[in-house]
Amino acid sequence: MTRPFIHEEETPQAQHPFTEAWSMFRKNKSAVGALGLLTLITFGAIFGPYLYPTDPFEMVWMPFSPPGQEGFLLGTDYLGRDLLAMIINGAKVSLMIGLSAAVMTVFIGVTVGALAGFYQGIVEEVLMRITEFFQVLPTLLFSMVLVALFGASMPMITFAIGIVSWTAVARITRSEFLRIRELEYVMASRASGASNLKLMVGVILPNALPPIIVQSALMVGSAILFEAGLSFLGLTDPNVVSWGQIIGSNRQYILDAGYTVTIPGIAIFITVLAISLVGDGLNDALNPKLRQR
Amino acid sequence: MGILRIIFIRVVYAIALLLAVIVLNFSLMHMAPGDVADTISQSMGGADQEILDEIRVSYGLDQPFIVQLGRYISNVVQFNLGYSFFYNQPVTKLILERLPATLLLVITAQIAALLIGVVLGVISARKPNGLSNYVVTFLALFGYSAPVFWTGILLLITFSLNVHWFPVAGMRDVTIEGGFWVHFIDVSRHLFLPAVTLGSIFLALYSRLSRASMMEVLGSDYVRTAKAKGLSENQVVYKHALKNALSPVITLAGLQFSAVLSGAVLVEAVFSWPGLGTLAFQSIIARDTPTILGILFFSALVVIIGNLLTDLALRLVDPRVGGNK
Repeated sequence: MTRPFIHEEETPQAQHPFTEAWSMFRKNKSAVGALGLLTLITFGAIFGPYLYPTDPFEMVWMPFSPPGQEGFLLGTDYLGRDLLAMIINGAKVSLMIGLSAAVMTVFIGVTVGALAGFYQGIVEEVLMRITEFFQVLPTLLFSMVLVALFGASMPMITFAIGIVSWTAVARITRSEFLRIRELEYVMASRASGASNLKLMVGVILPNALPPIIVQSALMVGSAILFEAGLSFLGLTDPNVVSWGQIIGSNRQYILDAGYTVTIPGIAIFITVLAISLVGDGLNDALNPKLRQR
Repeated sequence: MGILRIIFIRVVYAIALLLAVIVLNFSLMHMAPGDVADTISQSMGGADQEILDEIRVSYGLDQPFIVQLGRYISNVVQFNLGYSFFYNQPVTKLILERLPATLLLVITAQIAALLIGVVLGVISARKPNGLSNYVVTFLALFGYSAPVFWTGILLLITFSLNVHWFPVAGMRDVTIEGGFWVHFIDVSRHLFLPAVTLGSIFLALYSRLSRASMMEVLGSDYVRTAKAKGLSENQVVYKHALKNALSPVITLAGLQFSAVLSGAVLVEAVFSWPGLGTLAFQSIIARDTPTILGILFFSALVVIIGNLLTDLALRLVDPRVGGNK
């Protein structure tokens, strides 16, 4: 028996999946740029308050001083507070709520979706009915009700956003689990005696991750938008500054000082845009169907 | 399975969902700090414990949870959602007065977004490197990333405050007199900016999906056959391909009712549109729990009916859908 002759260059070095995904991600210029921008925004949110220590609640000057004058780069708001300080301090709230709500969303969504897709039958039936129930609830209204009834603290706001946003993640996870559980390597692990928990967490979940990761990245963006909407309506912790709240509290004065609304809006827009571009990049990098193109 | 039977099952299912919403509503009211007696005593300017207890008995608040729940359900089924002490009106009347304005806004925005979205999608699917493709990509990014209330305020600043093309707020000008068409034009002018704002979120979604869906359909065998038969390009696209490309778009549009209502809350707040969103906003500031929960119930009702209608519409457009469900 002759050994098959293999050309050196026909067997490319097997790469770790993350290395491969990163090299795909790097090809997407706008995603890399967006990731850089996002890193910058995160650093600004963490270290900004120390580098620019003006108190966002302090009235530092006359109200409605336009940007660039009197030494205030972004001007002052209707109470004469420094808009730049407010934007910097607001970043922390937006990012923190965005991240923690997304984590909660992913946790609930993956748990529900995994159980439904793995066990099927009555478990799936019940869980999917619950999912549909949450899809029927008008998301923003329900969150408004929760925050209004139980108080506008940061954990409550995070909970109110997370509890209405997980359905998309659950659906994606379920369909991935349904597909993967029938594959041969899962059958093989099952035959070799792996427990259900091990199959779910150790075998199926890692292979179901790519679409879940992409969806989670997008969830951060929509949670930030969601928080902005709530705080725009005044449903926010009055002791912290957030971008939506700056817009909400200044919107009566748009005729005199449009910038007090435009600038925080730009901050939200750029942050969410960066997240969605990174999400697109992740989608390209993690979706094997697209790799051939 | 006959279509009637399918409709029947869907309706039963919708009723079950609605019941779940009612139970949720009731539990929320139960868990929230303060009850009707507190609200009434507040509006009276305070009351002692005896009167509070009396009010609780007269409202049945001393009964066990399950009895109260049963009573609440039977009330809601008769569209009795309680009384708003803030507005001094039954909640149902309050909501029904505001519902048409919200429906007008939501339906206009949805239809406009769907029509424009599908047209853009089809154009850019036919010319993958054309200008319309950049438009779709730009719209998709903007529609996803810009907070809708901010878009609304920017439009308001630009087109109402700076160039005065559109009115600043509200739904109609009370000083205007005239026949139907005068009022029609007046409401349309008020409606334009809110509808554009609300539509902008969904335009992105629809144009992107119809582009993807159309591209897929255009590559399929039966389209090639239709072309081989010698049909013109337009006939192939609009008579054969579009119908099949539409069904995922309609499915998606049907899933958006809850999102559209959420968007409407914010858009109404920006443009002072006299709908449910504005009412919700005001009653939350006033801590008017019966009205807030009533709005939640009616919005869920709108979403459920919307889903039901989408489901049926889909069956009409696409006979392949759910024959054996």
